[in-house]
Formats: sequence, C-alpha cells, structure tokens
Amino acid sequence: MPSHINAPELSKVDQERLAQSGIDLAMKNRCGSYLQMDQDIVHAECAQEGIEVLSYKKAFEKYEWMKDYAWKVVSPEKDEITQYVAGQKDPKGYVIIAHEGSSNILPIQACLYLGRGQIQHVHNIIIAEEGAELHIISGCTSGAHVGKGGAHYGISEFYVKKDAQISFTMIHNWTEDIEVYPRSASVIEENGVFLSNYVCMQPVKKVQMYPTATLIGDNSVARFSSIVIASKESFMDLGSRAILEGKGASAELITRAITKGGTIISRGHINGKTAGTRGHLECKGLILQDGRIYAIPEIEGSVVGTELSHEAAVGKIARDEIEYLMSRGLDENEATATIIRGFLDVKITGLPEALQKQIEAIIDVAEKSGF
Amino acid sequence: MLHIEDLHVNVGDKEVLHDINLHINEGETHVLLGPNGSGKTTLLMTIMGFTNYTITEGKIHFKGEDVTTMHAHERAKRGIGMLFQRPPTISGLKLGKLLTAISRTKNENITTLAESVHMDKFLERDINKGFSGGEIKRSEVLQLMIQKPDFIMLDEPESGVDLENISLIGTAIGSLLEKDKHIVKRQKSGLVITHTGYILDYLETDRGHVMCDGQIKCHGNPREILQDIKQRGYKECLECRHT
Repeated sequence: MPSHINAPELSKVDQERLAQSGIDLAMKNRCGSYLQMDQDIVHAECAQEGIEVLSYKKAFEKYEWMKDYAWKVVSPEKDEITQYVAGQKDPKGYVIIAHEGSSNILPIQACLYLGRGQIQHVHNIIIAEEGAELHIISGCTSGAHVGKGGAHYGISEFYVKKDAQISFTMIHNWTEDIEVYPRSASVIEENGVFLSNYVCMQPVKKVQMYPTATLIGDNSVARFSSIVIASKESFMDLGSRAILEGKGASAELITRAITKGGTIISRGHINGKTAGTRGHLECKGLILQDGRIYAIPEIEGSVVGTELSHEAAVGKIARDEIEYLMSRGLDENEATATIIRGFLDVKITGLPEALQKQIEAIIDVAEKSGF
Repeated sequence: MLHIEDLHVNVGDKEVLHDINLHINEGETHVLLGPNGSGKTTLLMTIMGFTNYTITEGKIHFKGEDVTTMHAHERAKRGIGMLFQRPPTISGLKLGKLLTAISRTKNENITTLAESVHMDKFLERDINKGFSGGEIKRSEVLQLMIQKPDFIMLDEPESGVDLENISLIGTAIGSLLEKDKHIVKRQKSGLVITHTGYILDYLETDRGHVMCDGQIKCHGNPREILQDIKQRGYKECLECRHT
C-alpha cells in the first residue's frame, strides 16, 4: 500500500488547494506519488509493481541509459525557458518509468507546489516501455499567498513505446500572480496511445504552452483535450500539435474554452505526413464576459491519403437554451450554469473512470461558484 | 386555472397577437387550431414567459395570481409547463442531468420514468442531439412527467411522430392530464395545438378555439371545429369577421 504523504508545513487552505488540483494526500485512489514543494522533493514512491517514480537525480544515478531520454524530444535550445532549465546544476523533477508490460489502474499523482515567489523549475521524463499502460495525474498548484513574481518552468518528455499507453491529466490551480511555462513533447511508437488532458478552471497570470506529439509508429494515437476558463487578467496561450508520421496514425485535438474577461489563444496544428493518417481539431469557445478567444486551428497535409479536418466556433450561450431550461423551473443562473457544465463536458476515450471523475470533480467545484 | 384578458403581444416592434381572451378551468383541456403562422405557438410561448414576446396590453392570471410580468422559471414553479414542438439542442447537456436538475427535491425515480417512455437509453445523450421526431417528443413528455405541471401546453405533440409513438406519447400525455381520473376529480388542465387531430384520440378535450392572424376567431366543440376545418380548410375562418 502506498503511504500517506506528510506535508506538515502546508496550511489547511493549501491542503485544500492541493485537493482541488487533483492531489490526494491520503493516497486512497493513487498507486504512487511525487511531491515537489518549491525545489524540495518531499515524496517520490510507487507501490505498483513494474512502475517506478523517481526524482530526476535518482533516476540518473540508477540508470545509465537515462541520458538517452533527456533533452531528446524537447530541445534545450528551444527558448529561454528550456535554456534556463537546461542550465541548472541540480536539476529537479521526476522520472516515471513503466517497465515492459506493467500497468496501473489507479493513477500516479505528481504534484508541483509553488510556495514562495521564485522560479520553480522541473524536468520530467515519463517512459512507458513496450506494452505498458501508465496513468498520471499532475496537479500543479501554488500557495494561496505566494507573493508576486512566482513562475513555474516545466519540461516534460514523454516516450510511448510500442503497444504502450500513457495518459497524462494535468490540472492547474494557480493564482493571479503566477506565470507558467510548460514545455513538453512526446514521441509515440507503433500502436502506442498518448492521452494528454489539461484542465484549468482557476485564475492564473499567464500560461504559455504548445505540447507536441510526434506519432512515429504505425497506428499510433494521440488525443489532446483542454478544458479552460480564463478569468479577468488571465492570459492563456495554449496549443497542441500532432505530427502524423506513422502509417494509420491519428490525432484528435479538442478544446473547450470560456472567457470571463481574460484572453485565451487556442492554437492547434496537425501535420499529416503519411498516407492513411487522420486528424481532427476542434475548438469551441464561449464568451461569458468581454475578453478574447482567439482560435488558430492549423491543418497541414502533404500527401495523398491523409484526412484532416477542423471546426472552431466562438459564441455566447443561446437565449432560447437558457429559457428552455427556465421553462422547466431552473432560474436564470442555474440554467446558465447547467448549460456551461454541459459545454465543458468532454468524454475522453480511453481515460480510466477515476481520472474522468477527477476531471468532472474539478469542474464541479467551479460550477458550485457559478463558474 | 388560466385566465387571459385582452392580451396584446409584440415580437420586436410588430404586434402579432391582438386582443386575446382565453379561460381554461381546472380539469379542462382545450384545443387551439389555426393555420401555420396564425400565432398559436406565439401564444404558448407568451404564456410560458419567453422574453422574445412582449406583452403590451392585457393580463395573464394563473390560479388567481397575476403572472403577466413573471419570469419563465417563476411561472414553471407555479405549475405552468410546456411540451415544445422544436426544443433546442444543447451540446454536452445530458438528458439525465437535466432531468435530475428538474426533479431536485421531488426525488423521482428517473430511470423508471424514462423506461416508461422508452427513453432510458437516452439519459447519457446530449439533449435533442440527433434525436428523431418521436424521440424529441418522448424526451419532452419525460421532462413533464418529472416537472408535473398543473397546466400543460402542448405544441403539436404529434408532429414528426410515427403512429406507434403517437399512441405512446398520447397515452403518457393523457395520464399527465389525469384523463384516467373521473371528471370531477381531474385537476390538471391543458392547451393543445394540433393540425391533424390525431392526438385527440388519446385526450378528450372540452373546448376548441380557432386562431387566425393573431386573433382567436371562434370557439366551440373541438371535434366539430376540426371536422369543419378538414372539410373546408381555414378559408372561411380567415374571412370570418365574427370574433
């Protein structure tokens, strides 16, 4: 049994904030855990046979071959964020390895907690060896009172080997003064499946990310789902990219974006390079209060036999939908919240129920406060 | 139950209903007939409280209370309900979720009710998305079964529905309107819009009204009026100046 995580220095409020980012300190529905507070690694363990949760440092001490996975899908020279993290003498972050044939039904949780005004840097490497199935929930949160100038720089490199699967559900629960710069990329081999989910219902100063999946294997699959709300002052520059190289590779990029006054840039790019590849990109946006939703869907095909499509729509909640629900006895606020809840309801194919429920619970919290 | 006096209604700047008077007593079901575009649906939407329809003159009283300026949900809470002819599709909102939201304190067994109108397989579907004509109407009836209004407006409950479904929907509506109860014990009232009259095989109705050009032109026995319209069409109604 995985042990309970002790985080004594966390106030009740901050423990609650961890829970709202999907982190279960009691470890009831988790098989393993990594907790990093600022630059201190508090906890790293996994009770599931065949799966290891290690700190970056430990992993490199234990396995000589780890060097073959570091900075291989994300370039250290990519931008100032990657340069900053690559320049660290004492790199932090986690390495999760699901060895050949292993699988976890209960997810591993990774929590990156920012408690002081500073730059938190992590470099994560996630590997699912041949035939392995790995589910991870990553809760990123900050203390209720971090002060000005907090930032999170996170590099993540994912390796999905032949017949393997990784689902990575990232829940952001920051505050108005935090800037977040994830830089992640994945490579997916034959019959591999990579699911990447992103949920952010709470304010954040700035998020900027554009994870890229390269589907090198035949019949490999990538699905990106993002469910985000931008409060006033939030600036979210989000995107995802799938490069379809393997025969029969397919990708789906789904976004539900709501602005309550903030800015959401929703980018997406699918590049079909091989015959028999398929891709679909979908962005639906709701403007509840004047803000900005800027959808930039790009599809690029260069061979006969790739099939790519996109749909994007930005609008408001239709009056007739609200009044239809009002005619059933719901008041205007209830009707509006019910419609928004439906709008955000994205069923993610292949995601374990526990994780789907966790995503729903995070949205439910937002619904309770009327979004 | 429902008393409408001298009602005038605008959509935008244009008056579309003129001087409507309608009285429906407890336990009665009335039929509203009239050609397309005559204002029947407008009247129902106005009674329900949709904001697109502005009452410029007149009053609507429900159970003795003036509801003229009330919001739709306040009217619904007082017991007014409606079966829509073309309800909106709401992406992502599951039928089951909506039913739970409607039922709230009523503690209904949603699954059993859904089974009774063959909608149990639709509880996890987005409301009205890809529903056939019959499925839309069965979903509407199911919502009303949970809402349990005292006064039910039915906007063409048989349109787009095959014969088998008409029987199912007609029977369910009949029971919502307590048609299975003795006439003196019946407390629910209804107002039905129909073109074909098929639904009347399942609902005994008490009175018929013919609407033309936004006015109620005549009243009478619903079957007689329907028979008349079937034989002669609405031509005479349109020419009729008898109000």
